This record gives sequence, structure tokens and C-alpha cells, in this order.
Amino acid sequence: MLMRNADSPLSVTDEQENCVQRRLTSVLALLGGMLFLATGAASGSALSTLPSESEGQNTITVRVVDSRDEADNDPVADVDVEVAKDDGSFEETGTTDADGQAVVEIPANGKYTVELDEDTLPSGAELEDGRSTLEVQILTSGNRAVQFNIGDEAKSGPGLGKQLVNGLTSGVKFGAIIGLAALGLSLIFGTTGLTNFAHGELITLGAVFTLFLNRGLGLPVVVAGFGAVLLAGLFGWGQDRALWRPLRNRGTGLVAMMIVSIGFAILLRYLFQYVIGGRTQPLTQYVTQSRISLGPVSMTPKEIFIVIVSFTVIALTCLVLMKTRLGKATRAVSDNPALAASSGMRVDGVVTTVWILGTGLTGLAGVMLALDQQVMFRMGFNLLLLVFAAVCLGGLGTIWGALLGSLIIGILVEVSPVLGMPAELKPVGALIALILILLLRPQGILGRTERIG
Amino acid sequence: MNWGYIFEFAITQALGPTAVVYALAAIGLNIHFGYTGLLNFGQAGFMAVGAYGTAASVVTFGIPLWAGLLVGLLATVVLALILGVPTLRLRADYLAIATIASAEILRRIFQSVTFSDTFGGSTGLSGFARDFYALNPYTDTVSLGFISFRNTTAWVLTVGWGLVLLSCLIVWAATKSPWGRVLKSIREDEDAVRSLGKNVYWYKMQALILGGLFGGLGGIVLILTQSAAVPTDFATNTTFFAWACLLLGGAARVWGPVVGAIIFWFLLNFLGELFSQMTRGADPILPTWLMTETQASLIRFIILGLGLMLLMIFRPQGIFGDRRELAIDAR
Amino acid sequence: MPADTNATTGPAALQGLATEPGVPKPDPILVGDKIKRSFGGLTAVDVGHIEVQRGAITALIGPNGAGKTTLFNLLTGFDKPDSGTWSFNDQSLSGVPAFKVARRGMVRTFQLTKVLAKLTVIENMRLGATGQRGEKFLSALFRPLWKSQEDEITRRADDLLARFKLDTKREDFAGSLSGGQRKLLEMARALMVDPELVMLDEPMAGVNPALKQSLLGRVKSLREDGRTVLFVEHDMDMVRDISDWVIVMAQGEIVAEGTPAQVMADERVIDAYLGAHHDTDLTELDHEAVQAQAEAELDEEEAKHDD
Repeated sequence: MLMRNADSPLSVTDEQENCVQRRLTSVLALLGGMLFLATGAASGSALSTLPSESEGQNTITVRVVDSRDEADNDPVADVDVEVAKDDGSFEETGTTDADGQAVVEIPANGKYTVELDEDTLPSGAELEDGRSTLEVQILTSGNRAVQFNIGDEAKSGPGLGKQLVNGLTSGVKFGAIIGLAALGLSLIFGTTGLTNFAHGELITLGAVFTLFLNRGLGLPVVVAGFGAVLLAGLFGWGQDRALWRPLRNRGTGLVAMMIVSIGFAILLRYLFQYVIGGRTQPLTQYVTQSRISLGPVSMTPKEIFIVIVSFTVIALTCLVLMKTRLGKATRAVSDNPALAASSGMRVDGVVTTVWILGTGLTGLAGVMLALDQQVMFRMGFNLLLLVFAAVCLGGLGTIWGALLGSLIIGILVEVSPVLGMPAELKPVGALIALILILLLRPQGILGRTERIG
Repeated sequence: MNWGYIFEFAITQALGPTAVVYALAAIGLNIHFGYTGLLNFGQAGFMAVGAYGTAASVVTFGIPLWAGLLVGLLATVVLALILGVPTLRLRADYLAIATIASAEILRRIFQSVTFSDTFGGSTGLSGFARDFYALNPYTDTVSLGFISFRNTTAWVLTVGWGLVLLSCLIVWAATKSPWGRVLKSIREDEDAVRSLGKNVYWYKMQALILGGLFGGLGGIVLILTQSAAVPTDFATNTTFFAWACLLLGGAARVWGPVVGAIIFWFLLNFLGELFSQMTRGADPILPTWLMTETQASLIRFIILGLGLMLLMIFRPQGIFGDRRELAIDAR
Repeated sequence: MPADTNATTGPAALQGLATEPGVPKPDPILVGDKIKRSFGGLTAVDVGHIEVQRGAITALIGPNGAGKTTLFNLLTGFDKPDSGTWSFNDQSLSGVPAFKVARRGMVRTFQLTKVLAKLTVIENMRLGATGQRGEKFLSALFRPLWKSQEDEITRRADDLLARFKLDTKREDFAGSLSGGQRKLLEMARALMVDPELVMLDEPMAGVNPALKQSLLGRVKSLREDGRTVLFVEHDMDMVRDISDWVIVMAQGEIVAEGTPAQVMADERVIDAYLGAHHDTDLTELDHEAVQAQAEAELDEEEAKHDD
């Protein structure tokens, strides 16, 4: 055993080497094809009519967002802002557009003040920290974004009980989305042992596919989302066949694979930005909705949809894993691949299935996130650590652990601001929970304390 | 296409302050990963703590820059201790997740409005570097053949490359000693080392502190270069880039991270300028439907990601590494 | 020390002791009480009392899955028991971390050899020396501070390599050695610590017959150096050949003790090896063996993760 471990990485035969090369060529072709399709779609569709980012000019982008009640930040339009250089040499005003953004071109580097005209805020809205003036130091050329948040700080906000209910509601929704991705990660990690740093990008992938099918091909959002999950599953199959399986077969170590996944994450993330740009891209339907009250809870229809679909899919997947051979097979493979293989199991087949299923589930998380927050190239990456947190919290290798962990993380993130955590720091609580669980109970809440030998 | 300019630009960047910063960060990672086998994915956190420790001491608490530098370095040691005491007992992949999460927590705190009185929020801190530039012996642009640096940059580079040299000397001496032998042994099999009476945990801690100090030094050079500490400079990508530098040059080699950083920044800027020129002007070489100027700035990162994958798959020992002596194969 | 001059020390003192499990020894170096370790529902080790005689070679035998390696891990600090106490040279070792156990003079080897494959043989040896000035970071930076000690260590290492017939492999990577040579290197490296008690976990596993005799000679020479040896082994020839005393474990407990001849004739020992399977067929036995193997590997993992 030890000898094999020590020797195998050194003895890669030419044939294997060629094989890997061939596979890599094909993954490149696949990605290239996707890129081509994407750019084609982008240039031929509504995407290209979006205002392009100002080029070669220094700008300050002022964003005004409404971060009350919800996980996502709704843009606030028609707010007047003023940008002035502190030496008085420059002054310019702007008004936020439908994306809640006002772009002001500035002449040179230096210190600027950005002032928001509070009278132009929608009625009842107040700035989160009460500061209507921000100072910006511009040191390098390019675009600099500043953001004003409309929040609950003001005394006119809803009562604590109401806030708590709202926090719980969005926590459950957020947890549901994370849960899909966490289940995907847990499956893949559980079976292959790979800590996949590209998992965040697999979330974004689902959202980007949805965007193409919806905005590019004009399909309704629901159909586009369905198609995106299928495409994500296909991508899962492709990445296993072209990348991970050849690496497994030549005996590449898990640490090396982890770093490969970092490279893959960077590749995908910037590819997404290349294709859809740096801004948030809205879908064509369900962008804004008004809330429905269900007793004390008020949610938008799409949020209800997200919660129902996510939990149904998670529950179905967990049941399937519990009841079918696939579940047993994945556990056998994760415990001891060699033993599983020698008892006649098609290990490669099981792992491929897991990649398809895992990427599909994660893609669905992306679809749900797109529905909730629209599409941005970094959206999945931003969630990556929270997904890790959810999986570790629930317990690796436990079927229901991902769900439990995700709910805890989702609620922790969304309720902590109600309990006094500044909204901008709300993911920090979840990250601290992640570190604590790794230290205190690395097997997670549902994990077995000890393995039965 | 102005090839002369592309090369001049890329070489200037490859020898410039950014390369110094990443060389130092990667030297730290080399101690962590190359020699000890620790997966630290939170190097940006060490850099940030060094940087903000220094900047906040001077700007917020008004102590002299020289004392501030000590505070910054001390802060990295404290971070290493806080992080190391619990996490060094963890499995390799758990350590990776714990460190990446810690760095992200730190960045969010430095960026937050809540702590902006201390750390300056998203604008960061500035106005601490005057004492450093007051010592600048250069009064004019310094020219090295076909590339040249402004006098302030030249001063940063003199100090920066001096620090890199010193760091390499320390790494060389330390890793060729019995101390280094213990680290390399831990990288291979902790239990074997433990069975021979060595306090593995304490050695890992020393490695984490030493590597963190180099990272903190990198962070300090970065903010001195810019005369400002800005939180976005310490995002997860910074850690990943430092890793790329290390792996490109070759882990467990004294000069690996330095050469890696130089080549990394040469390539990144070469590609950036190349595609920038190909998309610039009224009639660009590449048609705009294929690539706009904004997109041109992204291509290099796509290539970087792909390059990192290919490097790990086909030449995990990097340019100078020895494949026989590499932690990467470990499972 | 000559073994037969004093009746209370060394192997000679073991003659005529009772063959009951946990029997007290005249001059024990290692004493354990009520050591218990379970994984989930399965009790891997449940040892009421154990004593190891100083200056003797003691064998620890038992069928697969009897808990021998787990007991080794517990005694050397690589695993933590659920309960129990044990002491070495009358000093308690409960809760003492593995590296301190080694420093006190109780050094182990591993069932799956842990040579440092990417270090050379001589570097593996040098690592074993304790109290090295060059292993402190600040003095490590200044070669003159540790150069002379390093030379001294190298001399000792070369001596040992010659005794273990590994001197021709001095500059080779340890990973290039054969299984038997790895076992030899691991034992030689353990001796660099200069231990009083050497604990060998299956020293003969995977060693080719040609090397076996040499390895046996080395183990015997440890006793002549005045060291105590405790080893786990399946190879009955070796047990008979070199051990002064044999402790038999089954299902986590000590079931019998005695001299090799006594143990081989002991009904309880035969039961331990065969008893449970008198009426089961061979395929099932095979299955058990596989499971025990997996168990041993899990123990290794377990020990790795715990620390």
C-alpha cells in the first residue's frame, strides 16, 4: 500500500500521459465551444444592448441598494447623488438607473466625496448607517464603486419580532439554495475525496446557463432553469470524463487535484466575466415581485417557489440515496475504492454518476440564486465558503447533514443582523461557525463520532 | 502592435514592486507548503494583518512608522498563533478551508464600515509612508538599460529585493539545517517524526509563524509601494496568485518562489498588454465581437487558470523543482 | 548486562512464573492497568493488567483483530484510550503525547513502515537523534553552532547502518529500498533515539527469507545491548526463536502468557486462534481476515487523525 503510494506518481507511462493530454484537449474544446456559443449569444442578443462599461475612463459608480428584509440587495432607482473632488475642482451629479447605479466620470485621481440626496430616497427608506456622505480615495485608474445601503437602522423599522421572522424566512430560503449546492459538494467530496474549490463556479454555471437560455434564446425563465440543470449535469459528466477521471486514473494526489480545482475555478470565473461582463445581469421575468403575506411570514412568489423546489429536490435526492443501490455504492466507493472495485463495483461509473448528479444539483442552486438575485460572474464564488461551512457543519458523508448544515448556515447569516451583527459582516458569523466546527467537531453534527473498525 | 513596448512593460512589471510582494508571499508559502506540507490558503490574511497592523498603528494610533512596522510583524505572529493553536491539528484539507475562511473574515473586517474608524473601511488607510520615502536616496529616475523606474519606485525596489534576498538567505540556511530536516520529514509522515520524539505540533507552528512573517512582510511592502492599505488587495485571489507563483517556480526550492513571482508577473502583464494592444483603437486587430477592450483585460486570468491546471497536471514540481522531492503527490 | 547473574532481572527471571494473564513480573519496565479502547460499539482493547519484563524480549501475539496494534498505539501515545493507566519506569504515561513517550525512552516502529521516502537513508537516520542543537530554529541558521554535533550524529548513524547492513544504501532515497530494508532502516532509526524499550510492530511482515535471519539477529542484539523489546508478530518461527516471554491477545483481552513453549501448548491459545471458528467454514474465516486487515488500517488512520 505504502509502496504503491510512493511509487505510482513517479511512474506515469507515456500512454497515460497521452491519454490525459487527449482528454484535456477535449475539455478545452468543450469550454471553447461554450465560450463561442456564449459570445455568439451575447453579441446576438439583448445582452449586447446593455450599457457597456465606460472604457478607458476613470469613473465612480454609485450604487444604492435596499438591503432591508432580504438576503439580496434590491437596486433603488431615481436617487440623486453628487460627486465632488475635495479640492473643489470638480463637481458632477447623477441619478441612479434601474440597476440602482449612477456612473460618474471623474477627471483625475484624488480624494472625492460622494453625497446622496436623502430627499430623493423612496418614502420610508432610510440609510442603513445614517451616513449620506462617503469619502473615496481614488489611487488607480478604472472604475471605483461605492454603495449606499438602505437598511433597518432607523427607528422607524419593523419591530424585533417581525425582523426575526423576516430573518428566519430569508434564512430558510438562503439555506435552501445553499443546501442544493452543499448536497452536490458533499456527494462529490464524499465519493472522490476532492476538496473542490471550483464548486462555487459550478453554482454560477447554473445561473449563467439560465441567463443564456432565457436572455439569449428567449426561453421562459422556468424552461431556461430546467434546461440549465440538464446542461449542468452534462457539464458534470464532461468534467469528470475529460479532467477528473484521467487524473484519478494516473494516481494524481488529492492535494494536486485541489490545486487543479483552484486553477479550474479561476478559469471558469473569468470566463464567465468575459462572457457576461462584470455587472449583474437580470433575467427577463420575475425580477421584482411584491410580497404575499402568509400569516406572520411575507414572501414573494418566487421565494416560495425557491423554497419548495429546493427542499423537494434535496429531500428526493436524499431519499434516493438512502433507498437505492447508488447511495450504498457511493458510500462503498468513498470508504474504500479498491475494495469496492474488487467486489465487482464499477467505481468509475459510480463516480461519474456522482459528478453528474452533484453538478446538476449545484447547477440548480445556481438557477435558484439567479431567480433570487439575478446573475453575476462572482455569485457562486461568494457562496463557496458558506457551502463549505454548511457541509462541514452537517457532517461529511452523512446524507441529511448537508441539508441541516445549510439551514443552520442560512439562518445564522440572515438572523445575525437582527441580533446586532452589522449587515456587511453577516457572512463572518457563518465563517466563524465553519472554523469552530472544524476545530471542535470535525465530523459535523450528524457525523459519527468514531468509525466502527 | 508595439512588441518593444509590450516586452518593456512586462519586464518592468516582472521586476517591479508587485513581483516583490508576491515573491515574499510565495517564500512564506514555500515554508508552509514546500517544506512542511501545510496547506495555507489564507496567506492573504497574513499579508493583510502585516499591512493593516502597520498602517493602523501609524494612521489611527499615531505611532512612528518604524514602531508600526514592528506592530505589523508582531500581528502576523499573533495571527499565526491564533490560527495555528487549533488548526494545526486538523487534516490537510480542513486546514486549507479554515485558513481561507480566516483570511476572508479578516478582509471583511478591514473593509467594514463598522470598523472604518480604525481600518478606514473600503477606502483603506493612507498617509503612513512619508517617513519611509524621506529616506529615499534616489533623487532621479533610475535607469537599468532599456527599463527605468521612478525614484520612489526605485527606493521601494531596493528595499524590497533586499528583503527578498535576505529572506532567501534565511530559508536557505534554515532548510539546510537539522531544523529543515524535521520540517521535510513532517511533510512526509508526521507519525514517523512523532515516534522519534519530535514535537511535530511545535515545528508546524514555527513554520506557520515564519511563513506568515514573510507574508506579512509582503503585505507591508505592498502598502509602502502604494502609500495606501486597501482591503481589496487582500482578497482570496491574492492567495491564489501567490500559490501560482510558488508552484510555477517550484516548491521546496529556495529560489523557486522568487523566480516564480518574476515569471508570473511577466506573463500576466505580457498577456495583458498584448491583448490590450490587439483590441485598442478604432480598428483593432481583434474584432470587437470577439473581444472588447474590457474583455482583453480578462483573457490573461483565463489563461492563468488554465496554466495553473496544466502546471499541476504535467509539471507539478514547477520549473526548478525536483519531482522526487515533492509534497504534492502525498495523499 | 549478563542476563543470568541476577534472578530478579532480565529474561532469566521469567522462568517459573505463572501463565495467568497479567501475571506480575519481577522487574517490570512497563505496567498497564484497565486499558480500554472501543471504536463505536466494538471493543478493540480491554486489558486488565499487563507487565513487560525489563531486559527481555516479549512477544505480543494473537489472531487478526485481537487489538495488538491498537494496544501499541495506546501505550505509545498515538491513540487515546477511553480509560486506563499505564506507566513506564514507574512514571505515568497517561495523556502523555507520543513525542514525549519517545523521549522518555520508549520508541516504536510501525506495521506499515514509515520511512521518509523522499529523504536519503542517512538523513532518515540523522533525524532519529535527540537533543539536536540544529533543530532549534535560531541556532539552525548558524551552521558552526551545530556542525560538530551533526558530525557526531553522522558517525553514530554510520555505525548503526553498518550493523544493519545498510551502509551501501547510505545516499539512496529511502523510498527506493525494499520492504525488508525499510524494516531494517526503521529499526535502526529508532535506535538513534537510544531507547530503553523498543516496540516493534510486525518487524517480519513483508521481509524476504534471506533478510529474516539478519533481522532476527538484530533484534536479539538489542537484548544484548541491555534494551527491552516488545514486538507484535504473526511469524511463529520468530516468536519461538527469539522471545523470552509471550503475551497472547484475543478480542482485545489478554488470554494467556508464558514462555514460548508453554504458550504453544496452552489450550487457551489454541482456542483463541481456532476456537471461535471450530464450526465455521474457511471462506468465512477469510472474510474475517479481510475485515481485521481493514480494521488495522482504520486504526492507523484513526491514530493519524487524532493527533
